[in-house]
Amino acid sequence: MRADPAEYSLVSPGTLRAVLSLLAGEPARWLPIAGGTDVMVLYAAGKLPNRNLIDIWNIPDLRQIEVFPDRIRIGAACTYTALREQEIVSREFPLLATAAAWTGGIANQNRGTLGGNIANASPAADSLPPLLVYDAELTLISVRGERRLPYRDFHTGYKKTALAADELIRDISLPRRFAGYFSHARKVGARNAQAISKVCLAALGQITNGTIRDVRLALGSVAPVPLRLNETERVLTGKKIDSSLIETARKNAVSEIRPIDDIRSTARYRAAVAGNLVAEFLAKLATAGMDA
Amino acid sequence: MNPSPRAGEKSEVLLTVNGETKKVLAYPMERLLDVLRNELELTGTKEGCGEGECGSCSVLLDGMLVNSCLVPVGQAKGASIVTIEGLSTYASMNPVREAFLECGGAQCGICTPGMILAAVHLLEKKREPTLADIREGLAGNLCRCTGYMQIFDAVAWAARRRVAQ
Repeated sequence: MRADPAEYSLVSPGTLRAVLSLLAGEPARWLPIAGGTDVMVLYAAGKLPNRNLIDIWNIPDLRQIEVFPDRIRIGAACTYTALREQEIVSREFPLLATAAAWTGGIANQNRGTLGGNIANASPAADSLPPLLVYDAELTLISVRGERRLPYRDFHTGYKKTALAADELIRDISLPRRFAGYFSHARKVGARNAQAISKVCLAALGQITNGTIRDVRLALGSVAPVPLRLNETERVLTGKKIDSSLIETARKNAVSEIRPIDDIRSTARYRAAVAGNLVAEFLAKLATAGMDA
Repeated sequence: MNPSPRAGEKSEVLLTVNGETKKVLAYPMERLLDVLRNELELTGTKEGCGEGECGSCSVLLDGMLVNSCLVPVGQAKGASIVTIEGLSTYASMNPVREAFLECGGAQCGICTPGMILAAVHLLEKKREPTLADIREGLAGNLCRCTGYMQIFDAVAWAARRRVAQ
């Protein structure tokens, strides 16, 4: 059943301050809308419970990408197109640039935002595993003030987040300490283009003196939230990559994930693919480590 | 701050559509697609899936390719919109039009306006697109007749023609 636009309101306060003050007045009343690539889909299908929308698309404070010596700060309403056009993102955070290019077609990249992808909290979002491995930190803001939260603590369950009803995600900070890492992103979907992932991997690794100094693995679509493979990383750190280590990592990865059967895939297939993606990454990391 | 219309209230929206100023009275959550087709009678913009997957409703919003089914008109206040009817003001349009005719880039025609908008947007950004650029630039536009090869050929042909001119 189509939504009736007469039953909805949309206000455009125009500044961050004005948005926050409306949210503070009646937190449960409002749903923020940026580029609308998720919200409008629910709306059109008549499945949007909120009747009152608050426009955060054209808020200048939320659209900046700032570069500091130790980190970059991405405004929550920066689009995938903005991320792809930012040279420092492709140079130092290639996993995020790749995920931005995977997300929808050009029209949706022109409207979809990183903050929106985080707030929407889909475990299948391709941009979220990169945020886990890059140690992203979020700034959440309300009239009560700002608080910073590691991104890994933000998604608390399926489609659940730590965001309070009066808060917005203001920005996403990424520390600039991963430029020297080998990075690898892989998405497995029904097709190469325009498909939501069955499984996706974002991985970083660094090899010194033939052993793994640091490794960071995150998978999408294998658990209620985007998942960092902490146990597998622990098993790998300090080891030399050989075929038996790769098999151990594969088994560990499969035991850490909690995939389900759904419209896009099965738990069994996802487990096999997750293991394969981790194994494929390690084989590539070993080769890259030999070249280094 | 703009006045905040309550649910059930229409408000005046000023848009520049294909270079002309238009004033419409609309609910802010009306889809730009519906305002273009129903209020402004610009029916060249098509509705396909209505959920941002197919690109049939592509328009340029302040020069950016967007799916007009996902844009509430309240977010387009004061914006400049170009639909298929107004594309002739873009320099890349002439070679694209010729190319779609030349290469057989249209079958049933429903996806064609969106394909052409995406092609023009691509050619405005990239003067000499590779086949990979073309495939990526048009990846958000679905053709259910599946005539993709002729469409890709048409965009490549248009790019070559434009460079040669």
